[in-house]
Formats: sequence, C-alpha cells, structure tokens
Amino acid sequence: MTITDNQLHGDPGIEAHEQHPQRSAIVETEQQRDRARTIYEKSKPGRRAFVAPELDVPKHELPERFRRAEAPKLPEIAEPEIVRHYNRLSKRNFDLDSGFYPLGSCTMKHNPKLHERVAALPGNARLHPLQNPKRAQGALELMYELQGALGEIAGLPHVSLQPSAGSHGELAGVLLTRAYHEDRGDHRTKILTPDTAHGTNPATVTMGGYEVVKVGTNADGGVDIEDLRAKADEQVACLMLTNPNTLGVFDTNIEEIAKIVHGVGATLYYDGANLNAVMGRTRPGDMGFDIVHFNLHKTFTQPHGGGGPGAGPIAVSDRIEPYITKPQVVKREDGTFDLDYDRPKSIGRLRGFQGNYGVFVRSYAYILSLGSDGLQEASETAVLNANYLLARLRQLGVTDLLPPAYDRLCMHEFVLSGAPMKRELGLRTLDLAKRLLDHSFHPPTVYFPLLVDEALLIEPTETETKETLDAFADALAQILREGAEDPEIARNAPYGTPVRRLDEAGAAKRPVIRQPL
Amino acid sequence: MAEASYPDDLKYHSEHDWARIEGDTATLGITWYAQDQLGEVVFFDPPAVGTSINKDSPYAEVESVKAVSDVVAPLSGEIIEVNEALKDSPEQINEDSYGEGWLVKIKLSDPSEGDSLMDAESYRQTLS
Repeated sequence: MTITDNQLHGDPGIEAHEQHPQRSAIVETEQQRDRARTIYEKSKPGRRAFVAPELDVPKHELPERFRRAEAPKLPEIAEPEIVRHYNRLSKRNFDLDSGFYPLGSCTMKHNPKLHERVAALPGNARLHPLQNPKRAQGALELMYELQGALGEIAGLPHVSLQPSAGSHGELAGVLLTRAYHEDRGDHRTKILTPDTAHGTNPATVTMGGYEVVKVGTNADGGVDIEDLRAKADEQVACLMLTNPNTLGVFDTNIEEIAKIVHGVGATLYYDGANLNAVMGRTRPGDMGFDIVHFNLHKTFTQPHGGGGPGAGPIAVSDRIEPYITKPQVVKREDGTFDLDYDRPKSIGRLRGFQGNYGVFVRSYAYILSLGSDGLQEASETAVLNANYLLARLRQLGVTDLLPPAYDRLCMHEFVLSGAPMKRELGLRTLDLAKRLLDHSFHPPTVYFPLLVDEALLIEPTETETKETLDAFADALAQILREGAEDPEIARNAPYGTPVRRLDEAGAAKRPVIRQPL
Repeated sequence: MAEASYPDDLKYHSEHDWARIEGDTATLGITWYAQDQLGEVVFFDPPAVGTSINKDSPYAEVESVKAVSDVVAPLSGEIIEVNEALKDSPEQINEDSYGEGWLVKIKLSDPSEGDSLMDAESYRQTLS
C-alpha cells in the first residue's frame, strides 16, 4: 500500500498514490508528530499569566481553619502559551463549523450565530441565578413564552424547562409516570421499550426502578403490534417510544399503539430525539402521547457534542400536570411572572436554579426567527435531504454494498447495513467510518441501532446544501471503489487526522485516568 | 480467529452460545459469530461460583468496544468454575473463543436439556 502526502493533506484519492508508486511508507503529518502535551507538562515554576495589583487595603489573613495545607497544583504558564495551548487543541477537533457532521441519533444542524449574540446580551448572560423573580421579569417572561411555544409544538399544554438533557427529560417522564400511578394507588412494575430504542430509554427505566420489557420490531421497521399486545398488561406503567424511530421510520400504527397502551391504563412517553423530522407536520400530543421530552440542543439549535450544555424540557397532558416539577414559571393575574412552588403533588425539583438558561435563549430565538411556517419547513427539508441523499446513494450504486435496513421512504435519517460490504470487500463499517475522516467528513453513527448488522445511521439535517450531500455520497462511493481494489487502505485509515486509528479496546481495558502533577 | 469456525464436538444455542458437555458438567462460551458481532471484547463480568443459571436466561455480561451484551445460558446448572484468566485478557474471547476464551463451567441440573441444542451444522444454517 502506498499513501502519499497528497492523501494526507486532504486529498484521499487513490489516483495520487498511483502516480507515486515509489512512496511506500505512510508519512506522519506534522500534527501527528506533535504528540499531545498537557498544560501541566508545559508548566514552569514561577510563570504567571497575570500580575496582581498592589494591595491597597488593610491586609487580613483567613483564619487558619479555612486555609489549605498546601497550594493548589495549578499550571504555571504565560498568557500567550495558554492561548496557543487551547487554540492548538481546538484545531485537533472536528466540529460542525469545520464540516459535515451527519451523525444520526443526534441532530447536528447549523446553530445560527445570531443566537450567540442574544445569549451573550448582559441581561441574559450576567443574570444571577438567585435573582429575586421580581427583578428577573424579562428572563421569566422568556421562559414562560418558551414553555408556551414548546407546548404548542408538542400538542401538550404543560411544560417544565428543568431537565437538562434528553436522558434527564426521560427520567422526569418515568418519575411522573410513577407519581401518576402511585397517586391512584396503582403499583406497576414494568415499562416497555422497543428493541430499536435509544440506549438511554432502558437505562432510564432501570434508574426509575422499573423492569425493562423489550418489544419487537415488525418487517416495516415499526413496533410489532402483536408483540406489544401480548406484553401490555396491568403491570405495565408506560411505553417509551420514538416516532420516527431510530431506523428513521415513522410508525403509522401510532394510533393503534396508543389505544393498546392506554387500554391497560399505562402512559405513552415520546422520546423527542427525532422531533426534527415532524415539527409542524404532526404533534406527539395529537398522536396520543402523555409525556414528551425535547432535545433543545438538537432540534432547537445549541452548540453541543462536547457533552453539553443541553436542555431536555418536557411537555405533559392534563392528567400528568399535577405531578410536574416545581417551581414552575407562571404568569400571575396582574401580568407579572413568578416561580410557583405551591404544587403539593409535584415530583419536586430535578435541577438547581432554573435549568440551562442560555439554551432557552437560543431555542427561543430559533423558534421566533423561524416561526411556525419556518419550523415546518425545517422539518420538511430535513426529510427531503435524507431522502435525496439515500436516492443519490442508490444512483451511485453505494446501496449495493450498503443497503438500507428498511427499504421505504425515510424520515430525517436512514440506516444502512454494512453487512454486504463486510462480506464482499472484507471491510467493516468501522473501517468505512474511519476512511470518511480522510475525506474531511465526520462519520455517521455506527453500530446503532443494534438490531441492524454493521449499522450506519445517517442524518444529513436541513442545513446542508445539495453540493455537500453530493460530495458525501461521492466519498462513500469512492471508498467502496478503493476498497474493492485494496481494502488495506481503509483498514488502516485514517491517515490525515491528528491521531491515527485508536486502540479502543486498550483504552477501555487499560485506561490512563490520572496524570501525575 | 479470523475465519469463522464451529467445531463439531460442541452443542449450540440460538443466542450464539456453545456448550461442551462432558458427563454431568459442561463448559460454556460464545460462538465465533457472537464474538465477531461484538467486536473486541474489553470486559467479562462472570457470575459467582455457586450461582444457579437457567437455560435461555442471561447469566453474565460481555462488554465490547461497541456495546454491553447479555450472555444467555444454553443449559441450566450451577457454576462450578469461572475463567479467571479473562479478567486480565478478555481478548481471549475473540482470539480463541472455543479454547482459552471459555467463560464458565457448570454442573448440569438436567443433562437431558442438551438434546434441545443444535449441532454445528444446524447452527451454521441459522447464520446464513
């Protein structure tokens, strides 16, 4: 195998190495030679990034009992070196501002820069979380209006902004379900999740103290109705569902599903991770769901992917409302906004202060700037883009080796199976994903959903251009052509990234989790 | 093992487990197909010696770089030995799934259960 400098610097075409057959070694890039050094390794005793002003008040020492036994071990480093350190790290990352990020399972759409401006306004950014509600009327009004907008989008009137992530919203949903049943003296033990569910669903069920019961998937990629009917009994507290589901398939049996679940007295929970597909077209509340969570950081724009911050508000129906979190943001009769703690049946607080307020500002800005027509258009374009990309992959013959797991019109994302590619070319989905990095694309989610062999879950979102989608399709086609000639190239990919193929098993088995100072 | 293999002297369960039955004891493990699907195994969480396990029910977990998966018991019985070496080298489950990568040994509670398991040829057919 020959890999040339050309490939390493952004041109992963095999033509390049055919022109230079004499080059037989894989060349290490400058960035790869630059081994990661922590800020502590750059520390030199006595260096400082600031100079404290001279003391101009009487000196008072802290009482002995409040003092540390030894000074904290902070890096000692000059300001330009700090700036360079973090700037260098940022260049070693891949983000949405660098290129296409078709993650699937997590919507990675463009986050308008306008939102950063409004979130940074002093009245938003510098408001103290313990400010008296009387002097935080603007912020409370924004939260109240956002609750109203989210309630309208969900088709469920009561909203809590407290949960800080999708999984946190799920936990709220399970706790609300428990409170609802227990309040009626009904002690149930099980919660149903489809086998296509996001992994957080069964995890949340377990955390909430319920037993997970899996429901199968039918030939169309939806819930197996007969299996659901067999498993739905008086011990079932809830069914957690994503619609469209993780296969990118809209379950058209949803009314039947709701009927079965409500028929045994259980609640129906909507995992809002895929809400980006249906905004303005249909509403979970109208489908029969009792509780919905939103991923504001996915559907309603918020830079994320580095672990936060996110927000996972929930919307609930009238029968769940008495149990919703407290305090709730309310509008009093005199038109002022307040925090309502007088909620005797509430499951209580799920979070300190009022949630991730900066996320609320960005999502509110998004909803207002798009309006209801714009939100609907966003979802329609997301679905159109996914179907265009799938059609383009068919046209290029990519789907011969990477067929769709369920061959029907998709929603905002679709799942391909790499099983034929593995069989014919000896390439795994992981190899394909790693090779995509050399084409400057972030790979899609791989090996999820678990029920699809060698799965690739692709979600292009509404904010990508036709040219980007074409280029991504071309890259997949080229990797498959290259793999048919020499699968070793993809097996050893990536070549041009800051680090090459990582030893994931080694990282899990022998993790280095402490850095000596 | 790079190539798929399903030894003829073993019995197979549809959840991709194998059993080597010797009298009233059996050695259990996961098949080549199972380890290939899992990818590199990084952790095996065995049950304690003395635990009873039930045919068709999970009795242990394997964690790979992709996911954590239940290991389903192909037969019922009581654990009499677990493969301690897997603590340090779980990769044996990938490299030698029918040898060094064995998981547990059990004393069978109902040796006739073995009749319900598949032979290598039938198991191979379920994979295609």
